[in-house]
Amino acid sequence: MRWNRRYAPYLFIAPFFVLFFVFSLFPLAFSMYLSFHQWDAARGLEAMRWVGVDNYLSALTDPWFRKSLYNTVWLALAAGIPQHLVALPLAYLIHTQLRKSRNFVIGAYFLPYITSSVAIALIFSTLLSKDFGVVNAALGTNIDWLGSADYTKPAVAIVVFWRYVGWNALLYLTALQGIDKEIYEAARIDGASSWQQFRDISLPMLRPMIYLAVTLTLIFNLQLFEEPFILTGASGAAREAGLGGVGQSAMTTAMFMYHLAFSDGNFGTASALSWILFAIIASLTWVNSKLFGRGSGNLGPH
Amino acid sequence: MARIDPRRLIAWALVGAGLLVMAAPFYFMFVFATHSRGDIFNVPPPLWFGSSLPANLGILLEKIPFWQNLGMSLYVASMTTGLNLLLCSMAGFAFAAYDFRFKDSLFAIVIASLMFPSYLNMVPSFLVLDFLGWIDQPRALYVPGAAGALGIFLMRQYIASAVPKELLEAARIDGCGEFRIYWGVVLPLVGPALGTVGLVTFITSWNNFVAPLVVMRSPESFTIPLALRSMQNPAATEWGAVMAGSAIAVLPLLIVFFFTSRRLIEGMTAGAVRG
Repeated sequence: MRWNRRYAPYLFIAPFFVLFFVFSLFPLAFSMYLSFHQWDAARGLEAMRWVGVDNYLSALTDPWFRKSLYNTVWLALAAGIPQHLVALPLAYLIHTQLRKSRNFVIGAYFLPYITSSVAIALIFSTLLSKDFGVVNAALGTNIDWLGSADYTKPAVAIVVFWRYVGWNALLYLTALQGIDKEIYEAARIDGASSWQQFRDISLPMLRPMIYLAVTLTLIFNLQLFEEPFILTGASGAAREAGLGGVGQSAMTTAMFMYHLAFSDGNFGTASALSWILFAIIASLTWVNSKLFGRGSGNLGPH
Repeated sequence: MARIDPRRLIAWALVGAGLLVMAAPFYFMFVFATHSRGDIFNVPPPLWFGSSLPANLGILLEKIPFWQNLGMSLYVASMTTGLNLLLCSMAGFAFAAYDFRFKDSLFAIVIASLMFPSYLNMVPSFLVLDFLGWIDQPRALYVPGAAGALGIFLMRQYIASAVPKELLEAARIDGCGEFRIYWGVVLPLVGPALGTVGLVTFITSWNNFVAPLVVMRSPESFTIPLALRSMQNPAATEWGAVMAGSAIAVLPLLIVFFFTSRRLIEGMTAGAVRG
């Protein structure tokens, strides 16, 4: 077969669009449809029953849903804000003080990002164990990180912070390297101190990247699943495994959705829940862009 | 001897302390992989390598079908990577080298698909895969992601800058069909982009947890992350064996990263930095 020049581009891009339709677009539409139905999946497609917004109401009034939402937002902030408060100065230090070792250093910080989230969560499960864990030994404490309701969320936040701080530092370093050196040169001649240079040149120039990086963190953290799922996977009774530990104290909304669908078989409510979460993420992203996003670049993937 | 700038010293102290914190969990993973469950939880915890690695590997092989899991991970990641290299380079070539109707809108759809939150699709795409009868099949893992939008984006960027249009015209004058041009002229020129997309795709697929969690049922068809998770036990987790398994899951990535860090970082952050 000989590909005609006129149709060739469509043939070249066809596989993506076929896959996109079958595994993304159609499922998305189906999920919307499903969210208005009650359905016992085992009884086939005929068993679907229209229930209007009942699934949305039952999700919104479910105490576990509210708990999960609280946990999700708590974790998004407690893991997210420190990431940026550390990553930005770190990138600045690396940019201004390190030369030959720069690539090695940023690479080392970036490493957790490419590592399996499951392996990392398992490593931290041992490091955070109560009686003989390395973290407690180093801090001189005896905290039951993964077995008490008060400390599970902080423990998850620590792991998420550790995993993504290097990724954010790398984004900031890339942006810093893009700033014209002559601006600093001019400022130095005018007698600006390092701190003034950071405050009056770097920070404003980094603004678009700060907005982008914070947005990505927000979007990612509000979908948090793997780290809390694994970290709480072996704590407490078996029936609580993967449900956020004691009292669901680190159960995120994504975890609750997974539980509803794949443990309870309640696909309708799970779909409604995923759309509620989507609405929350979309509106927070929108608010964030209204507050901080003036003149920023495009949003990338995560 | 050159004078040492105190500011650089402080910077190095801070950056170095951070490096230790970043490296410590990896270090303990390797150390714990060589200790028995009893030895790991000692006061103080073991700080140096022990002799229980063979025993831990023995437990690993006994508790989970480890070789099948490793094979499954390799197979799924290789298929995902191979398909992505083929399909992304084709699509990237089309977007870079042709003018056609709806091109801009179609490319906008490709980019927009990057922003689809994956969990939103978790339930319905499970149902689609179930309908297709693909549950517990490796193809349920490598087909849905066989043409990633990030790969298409990277390929388009690279082909647009590295393949001159005159070359394509010359090939056409010589009587090449469009697919021949793609296969024989373009592909040999885009090695670096193939390398980047291949690395990123392989690593992402190797680390993927949620998709296998949803579609894989029997322990033999688990990928490595799923198999490791299945060793978690509320009563008594064999931590030495779990750490040995984690090390096997992570070590190849560390080695690959050591040799290709720049290319890998560029690929992984491409969407965010240049998007």
